[in-house]
Amino acid sequence: MASIRQIPSPHPLPDWRNFGVILRVLLGANALALAAALLQSGTLAGWLPRYVELAGWVEPLLLAVIGMLAGLRDLLARLPGHSAQAVVLALAAAAAALQYDLWAWLGLADPMAFGMLKAALLAAAAAGLLLGYFEQRTRAFSPALAEARLAALNARIRPHFLFNSLNTVLSLIRAEPKRAEAALEALADLFRAALRDHRELVSLSDEIALGRQYLELEKLRLGERLRVDWQVADVPLDTLIPPLMLQPLLENAVYHGIEPAAEGGVVRIGFSRRSDELAIEIANPMSLAGQHATGNQMAVANIRERLALYYDLEARLEVRQEAGNYCVRITLPCRTRNIPSPS
Amino acid sequence: MSNPEHPLSILIVDDEPPARARLRELLADIEPQLPTRVVGEADNGLVALERLGGEAADVVLCDIRMPRMDGIELAGHLGGMEPSPAVIFTTAYDNYAVQAFDLNAIDYLLKPVRAQRLLAALQKVRQARPVLSSDTLPAIGREMRGGGRTHLSCHERGRLLLVPVSEVLYFKAELKYVTARTREREFLLDEALTRLEEEFADRFIRLHRAVLVAKDALAGFERAAGDDAEAYGWALLRDVPDRLPVSRRQWALARSFAKGAG
Repeated sequence: MASIRQIPSPHPLPDWRNFGVILRVLLGANALALAAALLQSGTLAGWLPRYVELAGWVEPLLLAVIGMLAGLRDLLARLPGHSAQAVVLALAAAAAALQYDLWAWLGLADPMAFGMLKAALLAAAAAGLLLGYFEQRTRAFSPALAEARLAALNARIRPHFLFNSLNTVLSLIRAEPKRAEAALEALADLFRAALRDHRELVSLSDEIALGRQYLELEKLRLGERLRVDWQVADVPLDTLIPPLMLQPLLENAVYHGIEPAAEGGVVRIGFSRRSDELAIEIANPMSLAGQHATGNQMAVANIRERLALYYDLEARLEVRQEAGNYCVRITLPCRTRNIPSPS
Repeated sequence: MSNPEHPLSILIVDDEPPARARLRELLADIEPQLPTRVVGEADNGLVALERLGGEAADVVLCDIRMPRMDGIELAGHLGGMEPSPAVIFTTAYDNYAVQAFDLNAIDYLLKPVRAQRLLAALQKVRQARPVLSSDTLPAIGREMRGGGRTHLSCHERGRLLLVPVSEVLYFKAELKYVTARTREREFLLDEALTRLEEEFADRFIRLHRAVLVAKDALAGFERAAGDDAEAYGWALLRDVPDRLPVSRRQWALARSFAKGAG
């Protein structure tokens, strides 16, 4: 999507409360510790004991620093990029120095000359490496790039749907001009949603409204063959979700589940909330021959990639085929305000 | 072909009621230039064939993607009718089919259809039609739907009978004909066994030079007694008492399928 809006330069720090980020920090720091153990022991036999010894130092420090960063996430995100990075480095170094001091005082470590300084430098170096990695990663997923990818992934309203809908509107104009007007308005809303800024999350209620409009249009075309069952019980409607997450899946359900069946079928859309996770489930009857399987997979892969761009490891998409139904279930964290930027 | 003095009789086939209504409106719009008469509507290929059994039509306007029987398969069955109505496909968007139609000079209209395009297409109907090779449509259909036809046509005493592929137990080539056996009876088909084998490879396997059997119709096998020149063994079927010859080459393969099924 061509955009003349100024794109802010990416913040080099990741979202410290994201599970995927925390996992990467833990794995990265431990990989460094493993490498250090190998260098220090020099032999394979001495490697593991040395690593265990090092882990005694690394793990408590790591957990403490991650905890602090998670707590300070919003504060850090407000600082300019380089200052924020410097704060993280200083934090790691200070924590390591304090830990050394504490360990020495408790008698857990042999006092060494410049021990505190060494600990601080090592921790800062490890933190620097990890920060470099995250900056690299942010750049790879930079907003410009991510926006282009998201736009490409988002704008997937099928031409099949557009032209069939236009044909339906044309058929209504003479006999039922009021319904034709309503249909064109719904079509305009759908395309406005498809063309808007894709980085902003939208409220669940907006997505549901859009999904309803889409299904109303399809109903004009398919008549009694399309039956819809919405189950929007007690989910928080102000939860933010990525835009156009629902509509492509509904389109898929209609295209693969309803259109091939002469007698039509029911598309079921259910929402549920468990602690701070929102689950969206869309089910449609499967056509007999299981045709068009590839088209289905493409749409699902598309949404999966978008979920990864927005939530990293915190969102899931599962597909089940059971009892003649094709069912897609999305689980994502409940959020009610926009966090700085996707990934 | 129809008498030019008479209005063209037209059958409209589309699974979406608004799309059928739109075509009716357009036909009414071009009435001054080209008189037409709509003989009926159908919401899929099977219903269309039923309607045409009652009243013939000069032209069938048909959608491509429809449940039960799609437009491409319908056109294939219509091609075997005598006289065969002209087919004009209508489609909203189908990259593959449209490319294939262009390549083979098959007439089609893109939805939303324009009155002038519809008029031009209908006016061409009375001219000579391009000759399609007999496997053009089946090939396009297979590529588009990712599978074979749902029905085979059998012409019997001037009538068109449709044989659902799902009910066929086996195909047998005999001299010039291929017969399809269902639980109830046999049908003479105008098909080649090799084509059928290719088209329905997911349902049927070859037992013998002249026999294709539905995998799920196989009940068991018997070795031929002595040196039977015709068969290495025999296949037994569910539901019908027929025995089918199995060649030496296909023996192991056929038996593996029966085990998988049973």
